[in-house]
Amino acid sequence: MKRDKTLVNPSRRKFLVVGAAASGALVVGWRAANAQSSLPYLGARIEPQSLGAFVRIEKSGDVVIGARGCEIGQGVKTSLPMLIAEELDVDWHHVHVEQLPYGYIDTDKGPSDKYGDQSAGGSTSITTAWKDLRQAGATARWLLLVAASAKLNLPAGQLRTESGNVIAPDGTKLAYGELVGAASALDPPTESRALKKPEDFKIVGKPTLTVDTREIVTGQTQFGIDVYRAEALIAVVARSPWIDGEITNLDDADARKVAGVKDVVRIAGTKSGEPFDGALVDGVAVLATSTWAALKGREKLKIEWKPGPFAEESSDALHRQADDLLKPANAGKAVAVRRDGDIDKARKTARKTIDARYTVPFLAHATMEPPAALIHVEKDKVLLIASLQDPEGASEVISAITGVPRSKIEIRLTRAGGGFGRRLKNDYIAEAALIAKQTDKPIKLIWTRDDDLRHDFYRPFCVFQMTASLDRKNEIAAWSARCAATPRNHREARMKDRPLWASTLAPDDFPAGLIANFDLSLLPIESGQPRGWWRAPAHNATAFAVQSFIDEIAVALKQDPLALRVKLLGEPRELPYKGHGGPTFDTGRMAAVLKAAAEKIGWGRKVDADRGLGIACHFTFGGYAAHALEVSAIDGNVVVHRAVCAIDVGRVVNPLGLEAQMIGGTIDGLSTALNLGITLKEGKVQQSNFSDYPLLRMGQAPVDVEVVVVDSGKEPSGAGEMGLPSVLPALTNAIYAATRVRIRELPIGDQLRKIL
Amino acid sequence: MQTTPTHPAKPPAASATAKTDDDKSLALRINGRAYAFDGDDTMPLLWFLRDVLRLTGTKFGCGIGACGACTVLVDGKAQRACVTPMKTLAKREVTTIEGLAGSELHPLQQAWIEIDVPQCGYCQAGQIMAAADLLKRNPNPNDDDIGKISNLCRCGTYPRIRKAIKRAAEISKERAAREGGKS
Repeated sequence: MKRDKTLVNPSRRKFLVVGAAASGALVVGWRAANAQSSLPYLGARIEPQSLGAFVRIEKSGDVVIGARGCEIGQGVKTSLPMLIAEELDVDWHHVHVEQLPYGYIDTDKGPSDKYGDQSAGGSTSITTAWKDLRQAGATARWLLLVAASAKLNLPAGQLRTESGNVIAPDGTKLAYGELVGAASALDPPTESRALKKPEDFKIVGKPTLTVDTREIVTGQTQFGIDVYRAEALIAVVARSPWIDGEITNLDDADARKVAGVKDVVRIAGTKSGEPFDGALVDGVAVLATSTWAALKGREKLKIEWKPGPFAEESSDALHRQADDLLKPANAGKAVAVRRDGDIDKARKTARKTIDARYTVPFLAHATMEPPAALIHVEKDKVLLIASLQDPEGASEVISAITGVPRSKIEIRLTRAGGGFGRRLKNDYIAEAALIAKQTDKPIKLIWTRDDDLRHDFYRPFCVFQMTASLDRKNEIAAWSARCAATPRNHREARMKDRPLWASTLAPDDFPAGLIANFDLSLLPIESGQPRGWWRAPAHNATAFAVQSFIDEIAVALKQDPLALRVKLLGEPRELPYKGHGGPTFDTGRMAAVLKAAAEKIGWGRKVDADRGLGIACHFTFGGYAAHALEVSAIDGNVVVHRAVCAIDVGRVVNPLGLEAQMIGGTIDGLSTALNLGITLKEGKVQQSNFSDYPLLRMGQAPVDVEVVVVDSGKEPSGAGEMGLPSVLPALTNAIYAATRVRIRELPIGDQLRKIL
Repeated sequence: MQTTPTHPAKPPAASATAKTDDDKSLALRINGRAYAFDGDDTMPLLWFLRDVLRLTGTKFGCGIGACGACTVLVDGKAQRACVTPMKTLAKREVTTIEGLAGSELHPLQQAWIEIDVPQCGYCQAGQIMAAADLLKRNPNPNDDDIGKISNLCRCGTYPRIRKAIKRAAEISKERAAREGGKS
């Protein structure tokens, strides 16, 4: 066997291992190949052409680069290999990108990651890769230089590289393909190699097409849901409509009579009150030879449920809870998030107080590809192929359910039909494992759209009570935000040591640090609904409240909304920012994107009588975004005539990808603000499909989104989430400018049609 | 007409559970090949394409014809495969994304690559099939015409879809001119 043969001298075969340890510390090192699991992939391919875990160079000179990230539409399958290719110094058109599997390895010190952090969450892929993947490329290049040095009998310092060649002072060229055999036998360097200077970049910063568009547009790409196995049974699950509901009676006789149905099995969801770390709720799985048979079988199931403790929950009741919690009598229930100065004292001396209340609903993720998984559980090994955002979590949950050690769980990553945070939860993987454990066949689990909308981990429902106290000089002397919300931190083991407000509120969000007397607190609403990370967690709600309220203050003060924001931000400086995206918040970068958006839309110009301009900005996970919109709302029908998004994510890796993320974030945000909300009645989610959870269609979206990139040249942040938060308040601020109607509750729905 | 599949349908032939006599089998063509179908004829075309033929370019998104991820062409017109029962397809010609390209990529596919339309990519096959129908009816669509395509995209690729459809219209003309030049 090929693999055995190449393991003859394992001490010479090592892989670059980059472990982002649980502490967050980055460990770059080389690991002997015999620590590998048996994954038949690029990194594990112990062939003479491999240079570390990410790079393989064919004798032809073709360069194969492994893409480690979960591609959910954020572009990492292109942008991460670009970073490696840059430092390797090869021509991008000679690069082929291969998706890597999840790279779990056992070590003496416990579990490690062969390829570093592979998850997709928090817009962190680029920031992480900027450090470790460039080094992987530089290390591979160094090995080639050393090999060339030996071959040419010249010091490596006299050699340079260009376009996949090592070049000697006399012009002699050695192609990487000729050197890779010798280079791959070398001992890896003991220290990090120097990286290119930005002015020498040839790939980073250049508009680069997505590497696999051809496969996508010809129908060849296999998303997780597209993976079949001849012997696999297709499974659909009838789930408890209520959180913590239980099956009291199951009659599956009719379901089993449906042609093609092979089996009906029960799966246990999370026990009442326990963390949602397995399958979400109890269910009955129908296993069939086709999806259609499985769906028909599911319809024939007769299940009696005990609804559980949340059977009475409704959106009306949640609103009442919020109203009640926000009463002064319940101030004692508030959990402090941040408190500066003395709010009460400032209020007493205030010339004027402005209050407003903003409400955002539960939101579902509604990824276009519903949750699905192909899994084969055998006695001593497991294979999973699925669209994921957190393969490490998937590996853990499968191991917990099946008892198979993680080193024997092979996880292949596919391109995912959207993520938006949904796939950071592995409940659907747990379901697949629970089903597969009860059969010896592979299982292909499919969720329908109603399964998806009704059994999601929702963006928290939040009601923000905002109060600003203005002093005699019309300065904002005090700012208070009390947020009644179903906290994101709810029944989740990995968040148990974090504060209750984590991922619901961000303590250092604008305008914290800019107003002397500042108060931010959380009033927890009780709800049974699971809550999850949804594109730009916390920020997708807080930006709406803060940036709407700033606008209302501007109106009250008869000040220009842009000027007020710029004034509040003040002199360019860095403020401490403790949460994700910190350690600092740069007021100058925030002001710069605001001004860029304003300039692009022509802020201050006279618009048609039925139109209005709105602006807003927000800092999300290290990225600075501002939106400016031109809107009309004749008879309550909102039309976005122009949409501008200005963005500073530091150094841009792929401008084409960045623009796509900003266009997408903008339209996703408009879609969300206009129409999307999950509501509850009698403990059940009321929405079931795109008919009542209506994503924006092309004709309703702006024809274009004008993206302005503000190049600060700073360390790069990601880009997947920053394009969303500020567009929601920019929209409602523009609607106010056009109509003098202030939208304080999302979604906008038919609120305007009722008024105008 | 040929009533046996000329294309090797991969197992499992899930639909063929209730085998009837040959007269009742339903003949249709998919991407230019003849197929006979004798399963549950209430089954939507989507599952025949995906589960039986493994033509997985046609996606499942909603099951109620609302999102368009499963858009295919039936006799040249865009139709949503998830709400198209097999029984409506006797003697019909179905084109899926896998069958759209000829000797070279369809102008829409070419334009989609040039404009870098897809983000996650899941809805794009359906978007292209809907656009193929539009371009056939209207070789020079304006923004209003394009805006009538009702397929959903959660990633928000609509502005680039618009650009790509316009670019595809140009590519078609370029190709026609090229072909004209040859003859």
